[in-house]
Amino acid sequence: MSTQTLAQPAASPAAAPATTPMTGAVATLQALVAEGVDTIFGYPGGAIIPIYDALYDFADSLNHVLVRHEQGGIHAAQGYARSSGRVGVALATSGPGATNLVTGLADAMIDSTPLVCITGQVFAHLLGTDAFQETDIINITTPVTKWNYQVTRAEEIPEALAKAFYIARSGRPGPVLVDITKNAQMQTFDAPAYEPCTHIRSYRPAPVVRKEYIEQAAALINSAKRPFILWGQGVVLGQAEQEFKEFVEKSGIPAAWTILGVGALATDHPLNVGMLGMHGNYGPNVLTNECDVLIAIGMRFDDRVTGRLDKYAKQAQVIHLDIDPTEIDKNVKTTVPVWGDCKETLPLLTALVERREHPEWLARFNDYNAQEVDAVIREELFPTSEELTMGEVMQQLNEITGGEAVIVSDVGQHQMIACRYARQNQSRSHVTSGGLGTMGFALPAAIGAKFGAPHRPVVAVIGDGGVQMTIQELGTIMQTGVDVKILILNNEFLGMVRQWQELFHQRRYSFVDIQSPDYVAVAAGYRIAGQRVATRADLRPALEKMLAHPGSFLLEVMVTKENNIFPMVPQGCSVAEIRLR
Amino acid sequence: MERQEYNITAYTENQVGLLNRIAIIFSRRKINIESLNVSPSEIEGIHRFNIVIVETEEVVEKLAKQIEKQVEVLKVYYNTNADVIWQEMALYKVPTDVIAEKVLVERLLRENGARAVVIRKDYTVFETTGHREETDSLIKALQPYGLIEFVRSARIAIIKASEGFHRKLQEFERREPGEDVAENEFLNDREQVFTM
Repeated sequence: MSTQTLAQPAASPAAAPATTPMTGAVATLQALVAEGVDTIFGYPGGAIIPIYDALYDFADSLNHVLVRHEQGGIHAAQGYARSSGRVGVALATSGPGATNLVTGLADAMIDSTPLVCITGQVFAHLLGTDAFQETDIINITTPVTKWNYQVTRAEEIPEALAKAFYIARSGRPGPVLVDITKNAQMQTFDAPAYEPCTHIRSYRPAPVVRKEYIEQAAALINSAKRPFILWGQGVVLGQAEQEFKEFVEKSGIPAAWTILGVGALATDHPLNVGMLGMHGNYGPNVLTNECDVLIAIGMRFDDRVTGRLDKYAKQAQVIHLDIDPTEIDKNVKTTVPVWGDCKETLPLLTALVERREHPEWLARFNDYNAQEVDAVIREELFPTSEELTMGEVMQQLNEITGGEAVIVSDVGQHQMIACRYARQNQSRSHVTSGGLGTMGFALPAAIGAKFGAPHRPVVAVIGDGGVQMTIQELGTIMQTGVDVKILILNNEFLGMVRQWQELFHQRRYSFVDIQSPDYVAVAAGYRIAGQRVATRADLRPALEKMLAHPGSFLLEVMVTKENNIFPMVPQGCSVAEIRLR
Repeated sequence: MERQEYNITAYTENQVGLLNRIAIIFSRRKINIESLNVSPSEIEGIHRFNIVIVETEEVVEKLAKQIEKQVEVLKVYYNTNADVIWQEMALYKVPTDVIAEKVLVERLLRENGARAVVIRKDYTVFETTGHREETDSLIKALQPYGLIEFVRSARIAIIKASEGFHRKLQEFERREPGEDVAENEFLNDREQVFTM
């Protein structure tokens, strides 16, 4: 490098920046290193061989995790991003490798997860010829990426990747895909020193904060008798947990969370009144329709949170803090929009709100909570029935981990139990597929979550349906030796669909009776330790054994078959019509 | 709210694939695009989309925000027909002998401001420019006289109140854009919404 710089003609008036000849493949990996990437999840194939060839020489700086399926690779990258707060990176080849990323991209898009996916593509001269393993991945992924770009010349690589990382992590984060043709990977070019991207003229990561709306919001909050805070993942993505806590504590307002916001305020905080939504807590749902001012922070009023929209918080004045202007007024009409990064807007708001307490209002949440404990929670966590419940498994897990573990849940009944009952002391402690509801997410996401938070215990909580969708990732666990605890809650049903069939389709159980393999034997085949328990006496020792085990461990817990998740806001009903049974 | 024609104007970078990214914002919601024109703008390198849809203002505002959210889109405006000057061009191919023989047809074309673009022995191509109703009415009139072919262009529209995009672009190129660059005009409409 230095000799080359010296070799530049000294007389050149505007000295050209130093360049180094390298292939596109090497430039790709150098860009990853320059962006601070340490772990990538991927699977090789024909059109990405040049990048894998270059990867051979990057073993010291890039830890490549060989997954068993590209979907597993992208979910692992999502788990990594969610537990670490950094950009997750996935590599895949063209054609089927690339299309296998689509579910993960859609999941990351709807859950605002920062990802950079790099796909190989056929030679540029073959584009559009139906070449072997050619697929139009740019157009396929356009609706499920924040940005995507096809590189056909090596010279484009540094800038394309710099933009990719900047777009993925800035503003409202999201997944980005860069498709690189094989010739661009192989071509040697004079690469300039890598420059990160910090500005794109057509892209504004966050809107300009308008102080007058902060003032209006504060005035509205200060005049409120029954204010209520709803928070979502925006608080986590904005790294605004501390600013949020200060706002909640100064204003003294009860606060409830969406499943992606969980943990931004510790579950045992006195003003944390619980979970919103279809299977959320009783008080937060009922009292949404009784509050006078609703303060939504970094959440998007998903239909699973709002229930029937024309009966949602109609009595309330709504203040909405969000970084994404398209979220304002999208589902719920806002009285005062506070656009901007909540890390910036929350302290401005906190400064203007009066220090208050709302003891009578808070007592109403506690009253509803007492009713929910009597009707649902006590029996779920401390059952009197002989069979095990999912809730008591979570309760025992809480007692052992003390709320310090990262929980990675899949999709279905066990997910709702994990969200409702897992104790979380800190942010980034629950990774789950929220918006897309992707079964099969948890096992690969847990692998990524462990790489993203290597010093924290990671427990994947998965149902017997979801685990069978991506069970091959046990191979990734085997090969990398990553320490993931796998907790299968087996009710021998596709339980959430069964619950709907029971409640709304006259118990016509249509194709929800799913059989399982011997999971302990499957784990043993992958040289992963395992155990199966079906009794209360065995549960606690087995959970302790799992968490104390050096390395990964699979624990299958047989739970009662036909339990339903309550409370429940039935589809098409208002949040106030939430049912306890 | 009432459904009516809205003219969406988007200033964008010139980027492969952006047309699809914008088009799917409509198709995902099963909204039909009535007319679409993509052309250069007053600024080199900046493209201008003119999109016409029939929707309520509430829907159009959401669509405009979704388009503006795309990384390579600089700015989006939406306007009713009253707020824009707009034109569409139409071409009509008719048999030359009919025009030569029928005085009525010649008068019809003159009344509609049609201009002959090509005259051949077998057919003549006329062109008119105007609003949809004007170009439509000439098709109906020519139909009985053996209209061979008809085509109409997408709509192009100039916003009456616009000062163009030069000043805005300078703002965009600054690292810390001022308030008028952000999506704040949506907010400016809200003054009446909240009163203490």
